[in-house]
Amino acid sequence: MGSRASLQKWLQKEGNAYGFVSMYALLFFVFIIVPVLAAFLLSFTFFDTIQLPRFIGLRNYITLVTQDDTFMKYVLPNTIQFAVIVGPGGYALAFLLAWVLAQLPKIPRTLFALILYSPSMTSGVAMAVVWKTLFSGDQTGYLNSFLMNLGIIQQPLQWLQSPDYLMTIMIIVTLWSSMGIGFLAMLAGILEINPELYEAAALDGMSSRWQEIFYITIPSMKPQMLFGAVMAIVGTFQAGAIGVTLSGSNPTPQYAGQLIVNHIEDYGFLRYEMGYAAAVSVVLLLMVLFFTRLSNRLFASEE
Amino acid sequence: MKRNWFRRFRGVRNRGINPQDFHVSQIKFYLLLLPLAAFMLLPILFIFSSAFKPSDELYAYPPRFFVVNPTLKNFTDLFSKMSSSGIPVSRYLFNSIVITLVAVVASILVSSAAAYALSKKRFKLKQTLFAVNTVALMFVPIAVTIPRFLVVERLHLLDTFWVHILPGLAMPVGLFLLKQFMDSVPNEIIEAAQIDGASDLQIYWRIILPMIRPAIATIAILTFQAAWNNAETSTLYVNTESLKTFAFYLSTLTTATTGANAVAGQGIAAAAALIMFLPNLIIFIVLQSQVMSTMSHSGLK
Repeated sequence: MGSRASLQKWLQKEGNAYGFVSMYALLFFVFIIVPVLAAFLLSFTFFDTIQLPRFIGLRNYITLVTQDDTFMKYVLPNTIQFAVIVGPGGYALAFLLAWVLAQLPKIPRTLFALILYSPSMTSGVAMAVVWKTLFSGDQTGYLNSFLMNLGIIQQPLQWLQSPDYLMTIMIIVTLWSSMGIGFLAMLAGILEINPELYEAAALDGMSSRWQEIFYITIPSMKPQMLFGAVMAIVGTFQAGAIGVTLSGSNPTPQYAGQLIVNHIEDYGFLRYEMGYAAAVSVVLLLMVLFFTRLSNRLFASEE
Repeated sequence: MKRNWFRRFRGVRNRGINPQDFHVSQIKFYLLLLPLAAFMLLPILFIFSSAFKPSDELYAYPPRFFVVNPTLKNFTDLFSKMSSSGIPVSRYLFNSIVITLVAVVASILVSSAAAYALSKKRFKLKQTLFAVNTVALMFVPIAVTIPRFLVVERLHLLDTFWVHILPGLAMPVGLFLLKQFMDSVPNEIIEAAQIDGASDLQIYWRIILPMIRPAIATIAILTFQAAWNNAETSTLYVNTESLKTFAFYLSTLTTATTGANAVAGQGIAAAAALIMFLPNLIIFIVLQSQVMSTMSHSGLK
């Protein structure tokens, strides 16, 4: 009797709140939490989708570190190279562009922001059409034709099939589309800063704009900087499929554009070694976690 | 006269952040931005230009960037075409439109209801739920494609309409932005409504939703982009051809570039790419001021 009354009391007090949150919480649990937990559990098993998963302890991780030559020789260095340039590089670029835009009046600012943001609205499938034509490997390709006209190259180059260029093109294409929601957040953050802060600093003798950026702008918008950083990290790892899209094959030519995401797909959906693929997924999630922690350190607001 | 006009743009007022008007000190920023913006615009212009190219221009040598004799032939070709499995292209487009609309509406309702509870209600798990959601901002869906597939399979969602909608509905960024924006709605308004006897549902529907329109516009855009551009769901979870999306159809055009399809395909692929891109652009242009006002609440503390 007593428990029933308290249940009723609880329902009256908090029931509505749980009602409002329940749909989201359910979907969040089913499609985000469960897959992450499942990846974690599967990573300790051998699972080929036909038989039930069989527990094999840490063997997947040991194989990954000691025996997976492709991973150590190509995938990991590629991922690090790609992530270091696209992540911090794209992030710094987004901040600088946002800062420059904030120096302009409203109408040109909005126009430029639209132009810079629009690449991030394009989808991989739509852009595949464009990149394949622009970087086409014969002389009718736009880049080849352009460079041959200028006399920089004599023969058409196989841009997307050549291990020498694939990674560079991947990086440029990803940077091109990286002025996304984080960029908009930083732009809004810069515009929100109280102009009196700058005036006060000018009175105190601060004269260079670089000083302004480092001592006023960035410290005043740490929360937006952190949001931008998280978006940049997620975007970088999420963009990993680009190499396969560009070259049209997984694995990419001579593994030149093979990133960790493609490695997961290679093992999961092409070789059906789900347990092993799950172990690689866990490594990827840990990498994201590590970089997010790092940016947390940099931009945490002191309270 | 001329000097006065010039001096207008040299005042202190238009220097620094968020100026009212043009100032000579801004010239250097324009010099930096103009070439960069032009460069970034090139691939976008290319989508437009090649969608309207007649076939002799598509395969011209040397290739020309801009279209000379624009034609709608690529679009009429696209819509008169059947996919290799006999489904008319308009069917894929119809699927994409329905899926996107349902996803946007559902996502707004689900996320804003949760954001209302997290921002304005008091309950035990509140802090925990928001903290978990904030951690999930760094969730990389592509990393857990495989376990997600297993979940979808277990729930018997494979090859259904709902598999296009449900997995993407819980969007941590969406909830985060909505909740942050909702925090700026003063509590006094809600208290006043409570005194007048409004129920939670009425407060949510009549007061909160109209007040957070900018944030709703923002997550509408995010969901729109995710749903409209999604080819992966059709590839992984759907077998029935008549349930697949336009984005998926476009991806089949680009992967089949080696066959006999390649020659006929480039024109319709360009037209389809433009149809994919254009709605994103239009919606963002319409809603951009709302997005910017949401973004100023986006800080992650």
